[in-house]
Amino acid sequence: MLRINCPYCGVRDHEEFSYFGDATKTYPGLEKENHKEWAEAVFARNNPKGEHFEFWQHTLACRRWLVVKRNTITHDILEVMPARNRPLGATSPAPYNGPNAAAAAGKGASA
Amino acid sequence: MSTTGAFRTTQGGRIDRSKPVQISFDGQSLTGYQGDTVAATLLAHGKHLVARSFKYHRPRGILAAGVEEPNALLTLGSGANTEPNIAATVIETHSSVVARTQNAWPSVEFDLMAVNNKLSSIFVAGFYYKTFMPSLKGWMFFEHFIRKAAGLGRATELPDPDRYDWHHGFPDVLVIGSGPAGLTAALGAARTGLDVTLVEQDFAFGGSLLNHPIASPEAQWMKSTLDELQSLKNVTLQKRATGFGLFDGNTVGVMERSAPGLSNAAHGVPRQRLHILRAKSVVMACGALERPLLFAGNDRPGVMLSGAVGTYANRYGVVAGKQAVFNTNNDAAYADAIALAKAGAQVTLADLRKQINGGLLDSAKAAGVDVRMATAVVQATGAARVKQCALASYDLATGAVGNTLSTQSVDLLAMSGGWTPSVHLTSHRGIRPVYKPELCSFVPGGFDVAHFGAGSMLGTQTMTAAIQSGWEAARQAVSLCGKTVSGDAPRAPDSSDAYMAFTSIPPIATAKPVDKTFIDFQNDVATDDVALAHLEGYQSVEHLKRYTTQGMGTDQGKTSNINALALMASKRGMAIPDVGTTTFRPPYTPATIGAIAGRSVRSHLAPVRRTAMHDWHLQNGGQMMEAGYWMRALWYKTHGANLSEAYKAEMDIVREQVGMADVSTLGKIDVQGPDAAEFLNRVYVNGFAKLGIGKARYGFMLREDGIVMDDGTTSRISETEFFMTTTTAQAARVMSHLEFLLQVVWPELRVTVASISDQWAAMSVAGPKVRDVMRAAFPSINFDNEAFPFMGVVDATLEGELAGNLAGVKVRIIRLTFSGEMAYEVYTPTHHGRAVWEHLLQAGKPWKLSAYGLEALGSLRIEKGHVVGSEMDGRTTLNDVGAGKMASQLKPFWGDALRHSEVLQRKDRPTLVGLQAVDPNEPPNNGAILFFADDEIKGHGRGHITSTTYSKQVGTSIALGLLQGGTSRVGQIVVAASPVHGRQYKLKVVEPCFLDPEGNRYRG
Repeated sequence: MLRINCPYCGVRDHEEFSYFGDATKTYPGLEKENHKEWAEAVFARNNPKGEHFEFWQHTLACRRWLVVKRNTITHDILEVMPARNRPLGATSPAPYNGPNAAAAAGKGASA
Repeated sequence: MSTTGAFRTTQGGRIDRSKPVQISFDGQSLTGYQGDTVAATLLAHGKHLVARSFKYHRPRGILAAGVEEPNALLTLGSGANTEPNIAATVIETHSSVVARTQNAWPSVEFDLMAVNNKLSSIFVAGFYYKTFMPSLKGWMFFEHFIRKAAGLGRATELPDPDRYDWHHGFPDVLVIGSGPAGLTAALGAARTGLDVTLVEQDFAFGGSLLNHPIASPEAQWMKSTLDELQSLKNVTLQKRATGFGLFDGNTVGVMERSAPGLSNAAHGVPRQRLHILRAKSVVMACGALERPLLFAGNDRPGVMLSGAVGTYANRYGVVAGKQAVFNTNNDAAYADAIALAKAGAQVTLADLRKQINGGLLDSAKAAGVDVRMATAVVQATGAARVKQCALASYDLATGAVGNTLSTQSVDLLAMSGGWTPSVHLTSHRGIRPVYKPELCSFVPGGFDVAHFGAGSMLGTQTMTAAIQSGWEAARQAVSLCGKTVSGDAPRAPDSSDAYMAFTSIPPIATAKPVDKTFIDFQNDVATDDVALAHLEGYQSVEHLKRYTTQGMGTDQGKTSNINALALMASKRGMAIPDVGTTTFRPPYTPATIGAIAGRSVRSHLAPVRRTAMHDWHLQNGGQMMEAGYWMRALWYKTHGANLSEAYKAEMDIVREQVGMADVSTLGKIDVQGPDAAEFLNRVYVNGFAKLGIGKARYGFMLREDGIVMDDGTTSRISETEFFMTTTTAQAARVMSHLEFLLQVVWPELRVTVASISDQWAAMSVAGPKVRDVMRAAFPSINFDNEAFPFMGVVDATLEGELAGNLAGVKVRIIRLTFSGEMAYEVYTPTHHGRAVWEHLLQAGKPWKLSAYGLEALGSLRIEKGHVVGSEMDGRTTLNDVGAGKMASQLKPFWGDALRHSEVLQRKDRPTLVGLQAVDPNEPPNNGAILFFADDEIKGHGRGHITSTTYSKQVGTSIALGLLQGGTSRVGQIVVAASPVHGRQYKLKVVEPCFLDPEGNRYRG
């Protein structure tokens, strides 16, 4: 039983949380030209022995997404932070302003 | 006197002689006392032979007095209450005990399967595999007989009638074990005022101290320490509670048994309780277990561990035998021999050593014990009970056996090969034990943060040392909680001699043994099996275990592991630590699945979600099925005698008149904020930024890897508010996905999402007469096509006379279709769900509005080629499910990049098609593999069938499927193969939409 110190709710059993995966990746912009970067972000994993950052969601309580620093050998939870404070740096596409505007800006310009 | 057994002493022990108790043993009534174990009661009546061994069916007796017992396994109870393989040494004697022997036929006294013992020379390690496995068919045939012959007791297959419970605890200091070290640690921690819990697996506190005579200083110390602990309010003392496992996060699993006779399911009293304790600090004082000596015939009934003999004499007032020979390599056995001699037995003590402490020798002699130095028991004989033993001169330094000195008649042989620390719990944390040569033992290789050890588990040999280590553990444990232990450790009683010795134990081998020398009694592993494993190359300790099964079973090798290891080390000419030790995993002693499940059984296994109309369905013939946690009406008995009849009738109702389905289980998500439109535009593959207020749009969303996640309809309620629906199955996942995107990926977007699935009831009204029904039910709303077009959304508050009791109730009506008929989805707050449902039924009476179930709902959508989870199965892309054209070319969206990856764009990916039965007697079945007409029917084929139904509209059975080439193959014949059902049949490929592809039925 892991105990995770949710920054919003306090220390809770891991059963209240859902594991999502690697939190060390940066998501690129959404455009299809970035598919190599996306493949890297989605599929490439390091499987480190030792400290690892990973996403957990406090599903059965505050529903906040968290970044948990965990030791993969001892399972010690070393740090828990709100994921909101640690954005992945995903670049957003420009707001969609209708077909003409999009066409003028070129397909899916990134912000 | 005689009724309580010929081997019961007249006084002494921790039994209540004023409370005789009857137990049933193999149908025979035996009298014991309250405070006995069943083993003690059996021994009091002279019963040693209580079991037959696993493989050879050799007669076996009671070896030990605690959880380490390998032999005396009984089956308790009968019928649904049957509990097999429980050691007689841990069952409390109580009037409710009905015990049976096991693994013998017709009885343990005369077991026909004992022929295996005569054939033991061929039943060596690996015999079954070598003999039967080369031919798999042969193994399949013989396995039944082998499993029947070799085994333990049989579990019941009936449902468990008992109740189990969980308890979550958060003590500051948890102490496991109540021997001298554990009691001291608990006392030290308790005096600081911290919240202390002490757990003890026995039904009495005291651990090894219980084995001392009540008047002894050790027992007096135990009593005064317990008295103080019991007087403290901050201390919880839990007996019959085994700390069976150490887990992550300082979590300790403790299995507590109810006192015998207390369990009562009807009154909610659990049989067992699982305590999940998250302690700030843990002190382990798990003690040590005695090792047997290795000599020929050491498994005969009447051969016991020395400490057990002492325990039965001092704790239970039972003399295990009246003519006893002890064999020891350490001091600890002397106290046991003296206890037995004082209880009236004739005792010889053979000590393997040349000389010992003079005081010990004197006290033994004073008690009438005949001590023989440098002497070994080399052989025990006797069938149902040990009758004779041979003594020979012995050199402990070389292990050389000399001349046979004498042969003695005995009814009891007690042996002590020293003690083994119980390192299991630290092992659970992945900490490998380390070997201490000076103790000839493995001790914990360290402790996790906040874990501490004390007592003989660490190798302390005297009570004084145990108390000191317990005090030190308390000091460290409480300092972790910000407290300080003041004062010195409690004083140990003056008489505290060494009572646990850690010694080496070479096998005592004669040149021509007449019988096997057993290492693992429970698994019938003898010294020659270890020798064979060594010879055949199974030399690593892990291989040894798996090849010989040594260390497996209910006792997990508690008495045998170190002996097996030592023997293998000597065979390999290595030191014991170089051979290694096996890894102990939880549980320390057998744990009940029932207790681990706790209350999460039957209807409590998973939550049950009911819609607002649930009771109406039940009252009106609704046949309910589980859909995830939801209960949904599959069909209604009012429409047919069975599912097959009813769903077809319900399809007709929708296609020809008007029907209504409960769709409250759809996921519903409230999306609000200034950037809500922009957010949805990034989430859905199609455009949502320009969706008009009062309009709904159907959309797909993808996972980040480009696979379809879900579909659904989202309505724009205002500039900044959207009402999203998801499929029932994906509701939770979509919600988490949206939260992830908003919190992690695009935190700059000003949007909030909230799950409102439970807040809204929903019903889908569909059919050619639907507009009449809606007008009648909601007269204030204009249902004309122009005022309320397809994909229109209307929010309204019911008012006027017709609304009746529903006046003031809010409804949200969305005009969309799943069935392909003209249809409206009516949403209303959940607490009005049933009222609005019945209001609609009432208003729809002139048009025979009637409910239809999930089966008809699913079949109607198949006719329309609409995809659901069967098609969006977590492997399919937009193109695969025929929705590629919905993807916007004007904006990128989540999943857009990877959906263009090579593998997801391959031309040979199976894509959505319609399929139609060629022969009406060969209807398609779900999951069948599709092949092209000229394919060999072999392998994974060209796709598979995802959904099937009978369609009256088409006039035959139809299906949706995923097929290579997709709709380019329309008109071709394919072959469906279902090897599981032994079926093969032809299907015609058609467009996935079987009915009204132009949409005339729902647009008008």
